[in-house]
Amino acid sequence: MKDNRLDFPILSKKVNGKQIAYLDSAATSQKPKQVIDAISAYYRNNNANVHRGIHTLSVEATEAYEGARKKIADFVGVKDPTEIVFVRNATEAINLVAYSWGRLNISKGDEIVVTVAEHHSNFVPWQQLALENGAVLKIVPILDDGILDEEAFEEAITSKTKIVSFFHVSNVLGTINDVKRQVKIVRGKRPETRILIDGAQAVPHMAVDISKIGCDFYVFTGHKMLGPTGIGVLWGRRELLERMPPFMFGGEMISKVEFNKSSWNELPWKFEAGTPDIAGAVGLGVAADYLNKIGMENVREHEIELVDYAIKKLSKIENVEIFGSLDSKKRGGVVAFNVDGIHAHDVASILDEEGIAIRSGHHCAQPLMDYLRIKSAARASFYIYNTRADVDRLVGGIEKVKKVFKL
Amino acid sequence: MTNDLYYREEILEHWQNPLNFGVIKNADLVIEQVNPLCGDEVTFYFKFKDGKIDSVKFSGSGCAISIASASILSENIRNKKVSALSKITGEDVLKLLGGPVAPARLKCAFLALEALRQVQG
Repeated sequence: MKDNRLDFPILSKKVNGKQIAYLDSAATSQKPKQVIDAISAYYRNNNANVHRGIHTLSVEATEAYEGARKKIADFVGVKDPTEIVFVRNATEAINLVAYSWGRLNISKGDEIVVTVAEHHSNFVPWQQLALENGAVLKIVPILDDGILDEEAFEEAITSKTKIVSFFHVSNVLGTINDVKRQVKIVRGKRPETRILIDGAQAVPHMAVDISKIGCDFYVFTGHKMLGPTGIGVLWGRRELLERMPPFMFGGEMISKVEFNKSSWNELPWKFEAGTPDIAGAVGLGVAADYLNKIGMENVREHEIELVDYAIKKLSKIENVEIFGSLDSKKRGGVVAFNVDGIHAHDVASILDEEGIAIRSGHHCAQPLMDYLRIKSAARASFYIYNTRADVDRLVGGIEKVKKVFKL
Repeated sequence: MTNDLYYREEILEHWQNPLNFGVIKNADLVIEQVNPLCGDEVTFYFKFKDGKIDSVKFSGSGCAISIASASILSENIRNKKVSALSKITGEDVLKLLGGPVAPARLKCAFLALEALRQVQG
């Protein structure tokens, strides 16, 4: 892949006197200057509120905002942009479905199916909905190499299963689910069961065509795919979104307001109460342009190469345990590991001294941590701007950790 | 550099061989404290006598900073008045640890202190 590091101003920053090796893109990606400039240019040249004013700036802002929606729809293979709802992040997208669709459709005795490897954002909303409405939350296990246990998955779906909500790519183990096949499994057992897929770790890193997956809802977030924080996406089938009540009330989302009643705007604005993150949407649209220019196949290939290299190097270090599959074809650009006997936070602190940024802790996936019988893990994650040199720095950093802790 | 603690022999010694590590059966008071940063938990066990801390032990798993902090603090409060616990400050803990702690790791350094603060004098 062409060296694009110069597009990312933050990567020339020094941390503790060393040039930063940013290995935490699964938490949030860095932003290219094209995105940063687009946000700034929007505020300089086109800023106004959307869908309201008659004046020129308002028309420009509306065009920029709706233009971004079209770009995002194209980016993930959605033909009808009005099925794309802008929200704050993937968490809000899942909460929207859990509150709006969930409170309408889930009642006592109904079953909700998730997996043990969900991020808290795709776990707690369903857990709380189940507690509130007397539904049953079923948690499907994973196999030893981090792959979804499809037999147990199929078994978990019964005549009472109203929704299945599961990850596309695991934020800890990097596991890539074969979501197309898993959707078929669900449809084969109970066609009317709704399926939500959490694509927060997938859309930034591989070509995703939602129209080919066959699910009912798909969510992802902007800040992990070179876009700004504060903008995320819910995609839902039109007929489902139309039947769902609004999640929030206020301006923008109404059609008509009278003293005693109101009616709702059309999709997607019914779900976009209040002034939206217009600049965020514009920035996300430019992030999609940037990724399109590289080509998502190339993004994926680059990460496979880095993961292969990282696994090869890390598995040579004594006392390092890698979690999940060692097959880079089956995992995204994420490598979770622990250094024997040393807490992940201590590992991360020593690496930080060397200017190496990794994530440590439970990764908002405590059910998975319990399942793996670990308290925490260190995680290095890669993106388009990472190189083999970053992996080498990580390896050197881990050797230093072992030295400091006399391992 | 705010990671000086890792380079102090004493801290690593406390991490490898923490003092007062274990459980007191029939403890007068048991307090659990969770570090929201990582989900690590520490549990303190107390035996009181005449308004003083007669014995104290702690268990749990954690990073070097939280374990060393719990080890040093537990040793420091033995035979002290129960009412003195609420007077221990974060600064006192840092002094006992022997140096500053990176801002992102203060929750680890203060995990044991947070547990002690729950003890009513």
